[in-house]
Amino acid sequence: MNNRSSYHRQLEEVSPLRQRVMGIVFLLFALAIFVFFISGQDLAAKRASFGLTPGGAKPELPPLIVAVQPALYLFAVLCAVAGGVQIARGFKRWTNWILGAVVGFFILAFLTWAAAGKSLNMAGLLSTTLVKAVPLTLGAMSGILCERAGVFNIAIEGMMLSAAMVGCLVGSLAKNVQIGIPNAGLWIGLLAAIGTGALLAVLHGVLSIKYKINQIISGTIINILSTGFTSYISAKFMQPYPELNNPGIFPQWSFPGLSAIPFFGPILFQNTLFVYAMFVFLIVLQVALFKTRWGLRLRSVGEHPKAADTLGINVIRTRYMAVILSGMMAGFAGGYFSLGSVGRFDEVMTAGRGFIALAAMIFGNWMPLGAFGAGLLFGFADALATRLTILQIRIPSEFMLMAPYIATMIVLAGVVGRGQPPAAGGVPYEKE
Amino acid sequence: MNAQENPKQDAGKVLLEEIQKPIQHPKAGSRVLQVIAIPFLAVVTGLLLGGVFIILTSEEVYAAFRQSFGSGLLAAWRAAWQSYVALFTGAIGDPARIVAALQSGDGLEIRRAFNPILESLVNTTPYIFGGLAVALGFRAGVFNIGVEGQIFIGAATCAFVGYSVSGLPAILHIPLALLAGALGGALWGFIPGWLKAKTGGHEVINTIMMNYIAFRLSDWLLRGPMKAPGQHNPVSPKILETAMLPRFFESPIRFHLGFFIALAVAYLVYWFMFKTTWGFDLRMVGANPHAGRYAGSNVTRNIVLAMTLSGALAGLAGANEVMGVNHNLAMAFSSGYGFDSIALALLGNNHPLGVVLASLLFGTLRNGATRMQVAAGIPIDIIAILQAMILMFIAAPAIIRTIYRLRFKVQVEGAVTIRGWGGKS
Repeated sequence: MNNRSSYHRQLEEVSPLRQRVMGIVFLLFALAIFVFFISGQDLAAKRASFGLTPGGAKPELPPLIVAVQPALYLFAVLCAVAGGVQIARGFKRWTNWILGAVVGFFILAFLTWAAAGKSLNMAGLLSTTLVKAVPLTLGAMSGILCERAGVFNIAIEGMMLSAAMVGCLVGSLAKNVQIGIPNAGLWIGLLAAIGTGALLAVLHGVLSIKYKINQIISGTIINILSTGFTSYISAKFMQPYPELNNPGIFPQWSFPGLSAIPFFGPILFQNTLFVYAMFVFLIVLQVALFKTRWGLRLRSVGEHPKAADTLGINVIRTRYMAVILSGMMAGFAGGYFSLGSVGRFDEVMTAGRGFIALAAMIFGNWMPLGAFGAGLLFGFADALATRLTILQIRIPSEFMLMAPYIATMIVLAGVVGRGQPPAAGGVPYEKE
Repeated sequence: MNAQENPKQDAGKVLLEEIQKPIQHPKAGSRVLQVIAIPFLAVVTGLLLGGVFIILTSEEVYAAFRQSFGSGLLAAWRAAWQSYVALFTGAIGDPARIVAALQSGDGLEIRRAFNPILESLVNTTPYIFGGLAVALGFRAGVFNIGVEGQIFIGAATCAFVGYSVSGLPAILHIPLALLAGALGGALWGFIPGWLKAKTGGHEVINTIMMNYIAFRLSDWLLRGPMKAPGQHNPVSPKILETAMLPRFFESPIRFHLGFFIALAVAYLVYWFMFKTTWGFDLRMVGANPHAGRYAGSNVTRNIVLAMTLSGALAGLAGANEVMGVNHNLAMAFSSGYGFDSIALALLGNNHPLGVVLASLLFGTLRNGATRMQVAAGIPIDIIAILQAMILMFIAAPAIIRTIYRLRFKVQVEGAVTIRGWGGKS
């Protein structure tokens, strides 16, 4: 017993080297704030104005006015203090949380600097962040479902793209269907999108579970197929006949009462179906994976299929189920692109978001809540990139857009704590 | 499964098999047939299913079926037949036109008649480089899914040397620009290779990430530092005359030296992989890392080397496009060569000769599809569907064996097993 608990303590402890490295990283953040945002800049009298109401929302809050220079010094000092404490004593197992806080301070400092003498709509920025995080989080959850059961899924991109196209096409065809609910056509389109994702997932399952081909190659097949198939249908039918590419768009639903909460209300409770659904799926999946028998079985198949089989779990069937659910989730995410975001289909409209979702899954350590955090972070980078152009900041937006990929490579390299991927991922199961 | 649990025993076994392989040549003829049968049937089946897809998405066919069943069948046949005839004449050329042109003796007419087949070779060239890149990686046990990004970086570095270094004669400038492209791609392959060897971070994820970093980087380069002065579009300046790969014929034929460079590089890769100690070492580690380590290979060095060489080959694909075809760097010029390369490598059984043949096929299809789009109204994206299906049948030969009731089993060489995304392993 004693042995076991000491083993656990060892796992939780942070190595002395890593503690120092982290401390130095925190100090570097402080230094960066000082060098890039404070020194040599004429900020003494400048104020930054942060809007607290997203565009068009009521009631309007007065903007938050911040004196730039004191605020920047505050953030630099906070980062430096965190670094000092980390080197001297160490935050132990809170290290990663503190790292998050330091990065947060740095981002706030950056925003303050960027908005010096101008105004930045903070609420609008956060609202955009949440919306941009939706396809990433849904895609990442699709990846989690699949990979937790031991099947790699790099086909999220392809599944989303196909689902977006089919959802749009079916939604347009069913536009005038009346079955007693509002927007019936859109709902039918969404169902078609989910079905498309499931269908491609069946293909992925058959190829990688039944025929045991390399799961990366299976994913690549689906990605190539989806690009070709969607562009083909789009060029042949949806461009010549615009009425086939006009399904309409899911309206925003505001929660009465809740959406009137200042600042948070319009950001959280004045959204389309997809945002709310993302939160529901997030909680359901997190609980189901880690608190239910179903989740335990699914994870056991991904960690040690032979042991699971010995205990009477049908490995093949569990994997099929996980892959198909994964496809349905990706299909739902695909529906967001055409039915929830713009109301039409454009060729290759997912534009690599399926791969950022994959990155979010890894960044979030194969956990739904972690993936949501990563999705928010990546969504923020995306939202910020567009704002920076508006604020005329001379940082190329392309570098903001690179951030998710670089961050994922750093995490994968184990610099900031190691991820724990499912142990049996990528290995086809062969019953003996 | 066993490889992980009992590495030592397995290592000896695999080593023994690897050593014995060249000795076992029971019937050379039947072996060649077996190697060729699956890819051939995969391509044929892919084309057949592509025809079915064309028929299913053709409005005329549905209209004809509404009239009568017979005319429907006729229309279906005509839709598929006309599409493939357009594909063929677009890719190879119209035989009647070639004969007529040769008889007339008009230079321009002859060039126009032969243009399709030469244009197919132009399309083939980047495929050869890309396919070689993936195949070399597969043989060495790494999955380079980042060819697309490496092509971009190779093209960018090559274009930079191409337009900024002046005063060199072509005989120096061309090799220099090619080298720059290879080095750019090599760097983009080295990083994930090094990360895999040192930290265990899986190269599939890292190369995908590197792809997108490369796309954003080239976006930025073309909007900023490398943008041609006075140009409205985000394109780089034209490379200098001395850096362009020479073309063999007058306009409109774009056939250039790159094709022969690609063939030479394919031979070099063959020689390196199958005739040198380093190549043997790479293949052994690729076949079984445990066996490789047991036999004294430096697995870490081999992974880095394989990814770097693979990246260099991909970089050459980018350089070839810049120096031979486009003469400048533009956004999204590569359009999927990277992912197609995976299909090429597998179709060619990860062998340089096989890759060249597979590239000829894909290059021809790609060129023919352009013509098919104009002549038969079939969107060019049909080739992506064909490629996906061919890749599927190659990767899962069991499907082909079931359809055609083949008895024998073909060992796919150099296929990679993936074990975990990295981190702990």
